[in-house]
Amino acid sequence: MNPLLLLLFIPILTMAGIVIVTDLKWVRVISAIGMSAQLLFSFVLLYWFYQQRGAGNTDPMLFVSSTMWYESFNIQWKFGIDGISMAMILLTSIVTFAGIFVSWQVENLQKEFFISLILLATGVYGFFISIDLFTMFLFYEVAVIPMYLLIGIWGTGPKEYSAMKLTLMLMGGSALLLVGMLGIYFNSAPEGGQLTFDLLEIKRVGIPLSAQLFFFPFTFIGFGVLGALFPFHTWSPDGHASAPTAVSMLHAGVLMKLGGYGAFRVAMYLMPEAAHELAWIFIILTSISVVYGAFGAIWQKDLKYINAYSSVSHCGLVLFALLMMNETATTGAILQMISHGLMTALFFALIGMIYGRTHTRMIHEMGGLMKVIPFLSVLYVIAGLASLGLPGLSGFVAEMTIFVGAFQHSDTFHRIATIVAISSIVITAVYILRVVGTLLLGPLKNDHYLHLQDATWFEKVGGVTLVIAIAAIGMAPLWLSNLIREPLTAILQTLTN
Amino acid sequence: MNLQAEIPLHYMIVLSTLLFFIGLVGVLIRRNLITMLMGIELMLNAVNINFVAFNHYLYPHRLEGHFFALIVMAIAAAEAAIAIALIINIYRKFSTVNVDDVDELKY
Amino acid sequence: MDYSFTLLIVLLPLAGFALLGLFHDRLKPMVAGTLGTLNLLIITLLSYYTAFSYFTQGNGESGYTAIKAFNVLWLSFTDSLQIQLGILLDPLSVMMLVVITTVSLMVHIYSLGYMKGEKGFQRYYAFLSLFTFSMLGLVVATNIFQMYIFWELVGVSSYLLIGFYYERPSAVAASKKAFIVTRFADLGFLLGILLLSFYTHTFDFTTLTSMDGVAISNPPTAIFLGMSVTTWAMLLIFMGGAGKSAMFPLHIWLPDAMEGPTPVSALIHAATMVVAGVYLVARLFPVYALSSPDSLEVIAYVGSFTSLFAAIIACTQLDIKRVLAFSTLSQIGYMMVALGVSGYGGEEGLGYMAALFHLFTHAFFKALLFLGAGSVIHAVHSNLMTDMGGLRKFMPITHITFLIACLTIAGIPPLSGFFSKDEILVAAFEHNKIIFAVQWLVAGITAFYMFRLYFNIFWNRTPHFHHTPHESPALMTFPLLFLAIASVLAGFVPFHELVTSDGKAFHTALHWMIAIPSVLIAFVGIGVAALFYLKPNILPEKMTHSMKGMYSLVYHKFYIDELYLFITHQLIFNFISRPVAWFDRQIVDGTMNFIGEATVYGSNVINKMQSGHIQWYIWFFTSGVLLLAFLLLYLN
Repeated sequence: MNPLLLLLFIPILTMAGIVIVTDLKWVRVISAIGMSAQLLFSFVLLYWFYQQRGAGNTDPMLFVSSTMWYESFNIQWKFGIDGISMAMILLTSIVTFAGIFVSWQVENLQKEFFISLILLATGVYGFFISIDLFTMFLFYEVAVIPMYLLIGIWGTGPKEYSAMKLTLMLMGGSALLLVGMLGIYFNSAPEGGQLTFDLLEIKRVGIPLSAQLFFFPFTFIGFGVLGALFPFHTWSPDGHASAPTAVSMLHAGVLMKLGGYGAFRVAMYLMPEAAHELAWIFIILTSISVVYGAFGAIWQKDLKYINAYSSVSHCGLVLFALLMMNETATTGAILQMISHGLMTALFFALIGMIYGRTHTRMIHEMGGLMKVIPFLSVLYVIAGLASLGLPGLSGFVAEMTIFVGAFQHSDTFHRIATIVAISSIVITAVYILRVVGTLLLGPLKNDHYLHLQDATWFEKVGGVTLVIAIAAIGMAPLWLSNLIREPLTAILQTLTN
Repeated sequence: MNLQAEIPLHYMIVLSTLLFFIGLVGVLIRRNLITMLMGIELMLNAVNINFVAFNHYLYPHRLEGHFFALIVMAIAAAEAAIAIALIINIYRKFSTVNVDDVDELKY
Repeated sequence: MDYSFTLLIVLLPLAGFALLGLFHDRLKPMVAGTLGTLNLLIITLLSYYTAFSYFTQGNGESGYTAIKAFNVLWLSFTDSLQIQLGILLDPLSVMMLVVITTVSLMVHIYSLGYMKGEKGFQRYYAFLSLFTFSMLGLVVATNIFQMYIFWELVGVSSYLLIGFYYERPSAVAASKKAFIVTRFADLGFLLGILLLSFYTHTFDFTTLTSMDGVAISNPPTAIFLGMSVTTWAMLLIFMGGAGKSAMFPLHIWLPDAMEGPTPVSALIHAATMVVAGVYLVARLFPVYALSSPDSLEVIAYVGSFTSLFAAIIACTQLDIKRVLAFSTLSQIGYMMVALGVSGYGGEEGLGYMAALFHLFTHAFFKALLFLGAGSVIHAVHSNLMTDMGGLRKFMPITHITFLIACLTIAGIPPLSGFFSKDEILVAAFEHNKIIFAVQWLVAGITAFYMFRLYFNIFWNRTPHFHHTPHESPALMTFPLLFLAIASVLAGFVPFHELVTSDGKAFHTALHWMIAIPSVLIAFVGIGVAALFYLKPNILPEKMTHSMKGMYSLVYHKFYIDELYLFITHQLIFNFISRPVAWFDRQIVDGTMNFIGEATVYGSNVINKMQSGHIQWYIWFFTSGVLLLAFLLLYLN
């Protein structure tokens, strides 16, 4: 059996287990066990991956297996991973693992909550391991739809509004995506023969340029909506602000990465010529995204809004780097996805924990929290430093790789776009330090906070896992960078030619 | 029989058309459910006239038109029975047979 | 000889940081402090050993050679652009190792006394270790990107230490300001690195500065906005250095950074981190001197202007740490001038040598000044010189060491400051007479404001103290004495044989024609200060009254801070950020919401058609059928 299927079976088994038991305690324990197993398995998979590569297997995708499930349209369950998907799987399992611990004390309908959460994760795993467009799209929807329930039921504030907005905008993106995907499908056999959804097969055959030019924007924008591409990003602040903690974590940490990953794996990979032709439009949009998100974050007063805008900025950088279409920048883009996934998950986890204690997310209503909840505050500072790109933490590695990559284009247009994007490091520092200064430092603003409890054990597990991951990438980035780079060489050769 | 010679087909069609539209207007403008039902019966009968007339003038040796007219009559009888039953029930529930007062179905 | 042990010099402080940081609440304060200090003692001894063996190993035909003691691939961008982490030993970095570890050790010892009983004592030592690690990593960097990494790390350690008293809003604001201003400068640094590496295909210092490297033998000549890209790159890199070294106009963070504990100011904001900019320019000096002399010219003018500007402000400040901060600015300006006027190789490179010589001596006497000021502040619990006076009777050791430091910075022979400043003036004289004149004048102003400080603290009127000030404990006076001795003796180090632009020794001697006037103007400065401040009198009052507008302009530091505040708060916050937030909520999100609302409105309109009135339905149905019938009949 294909080991990749375990990535789907473990969550499914976990969900089944949750359905069976009735006690809340067991619901948590089973979720924790299931996701720990998943985390462990991801590392085993990484080991096997290296083993296969070490044994000289140079296929673009490893662990490939396929089963036909709809013969007349040639739709298959086709799975396989390369270094990039491997990295994304690791990210997903770390964030999901932390997410379970962070939502240890979810208020009501615990069972349903954990099931939806894990279902969402299952969709994400499926998306990352699929190499059949249709199956990929299927899993994409599996990941997006539980979001509506998770925000609508367990959210805070104007949750119905936000859930509806988020779902509708993402569905709008899906609609574009579906058009793009069908466009790819119907052009997958330009010389006649069997149409196919198989990514590798489509890549081998190649789509005619006229079709590429028409369908590339659909696909790219479709994924871009999920990747918070300006101006389709506004679901992000509202959605994140209303979502419960773990959902924000998974959503910003992992789900938004489906956008970047898809944009790379489908839009850029299958339609490289169109990407070349049309890149300039999207480079403009994404470099606006980067700076605009950062400036937007300066003015916000709600912690989650700040972070949501910061995500717009950071995810903009991902798409920006992808559009640079060289090995370094693309490596940087994937690194940035992972880095941003981890640190934004940490941010949202901490915001949730702080909110759980102070019952407000307005930074001006709080102050001096470092004194009363030092553990959480220190983690927040670490997350902030990672976000503003401090060396030794993951953000630096990703951003520098992107900038060096983007700088390899020496024409004026790319130069200016790159400089605009790089300037975001200053603006990021401004809003991060503003939050840290107002929220954590300074005198304690509210004496009621004196009795606040610092992190509980499960919160520590969740937070520390993420910090370790962030620091590990930041201090020893070479292995991850090589893991990501290895499939890119071949892919980008076709991109640049 | 020299009916064909004395009364041409279009007489029949004009008659049935008139009858049909009298029925239709009845259905459209009368508010009383029973009157509307009568309008429907008129329309059905207009159709019956058409069936019989066409059968007679076009295919005098065949009987399908007649059979259809008989089936329509049977259906009309059944329909009238159900409709009256519905109207009685509506009357019991709403104390009216005015169609404008009965607009619950949109919900 | 194998220098791989130097790896320990960098790794030990990191280990110290990890240990103290992770277990800060389990260790007793004094245990943590002692551990940190002992750790640093080992590091200091190791770097002394390194320096000793490196310099005694001999100066060959081609001068001292650079040794890569350690090098490991950390991240690879492209085949040629790779970040290595390593240790580069050459005269420059070895000299810096000595300076940093010495000052850091003294600050560690001093803090045992100064910070005693402070909340977060362990955290303080953890941060000190972090800073020492970052600074050492910076100076031994083998490539410019490693330098950038540690550059950011010293920035953040400085941020953490300035904001050490995190419950004080002013400290929080100051730390934020320091970080953001230097971050802005680092943006330039990063762009410079990217630009330079794009054309030279390397980050490595040895390759960049070697005579047959691309950067020197064949510098890129592409023109961008009227300047060659090399000049652009070097200027942008200098921007990073100017930010860290607080050159005008990026100097505004340094005076505020005095919100941190005083020993931190001595270590970071006087002796080590702020000279990183000088170090950076010195590190890339061959590229500056040989490929882009224009940017050196800029450096000279920026340095000269800053030194004058800061010296003038220093004359009016009342907070003793701020006086010292502006004096630091001014002295770093000197170093920048020296680099800016220097040529490459042999005696041409006098300025280069002088800059680093001054860096070396300045580290000792400025650290001494700060620690002395700390001792005074510790005794009187105030930063303002108006609360001080006559302290010489109470604090003899502090008094003597402070006096030595003041004489050193004023450039009185045979103290170290005299020698290094003399070399700078000579270099400036040979290159540019205007800059020389400015620097000569600044030497006088320096003597004036330093002795204004000295007299106001130790002489003048004795105010009423809440409790009688007393001499600081031995843990604090020992570093003062040590640094005082170092300040006296540092001038006799034969720098022209050790640290030179091309690694080869050259001959230099005192230039009497320049030394005598500079000593004279120093004495004039001291004399004026004595006249004004030795005894309580009304002369200073009169002066300030007669130049009221001028005085207030200088006192408010030429309103540069206010200008920045205006730019950041008014322009960036109100005119960019706020409209962006508004635009996003109202226009972009508004469009999305409009689409949503339009859909709802449309559906309401269509909804109306389903009224529940059967007769309407029949109307629609009938008209639809008729319409279709007509269409079929007549449109075919």
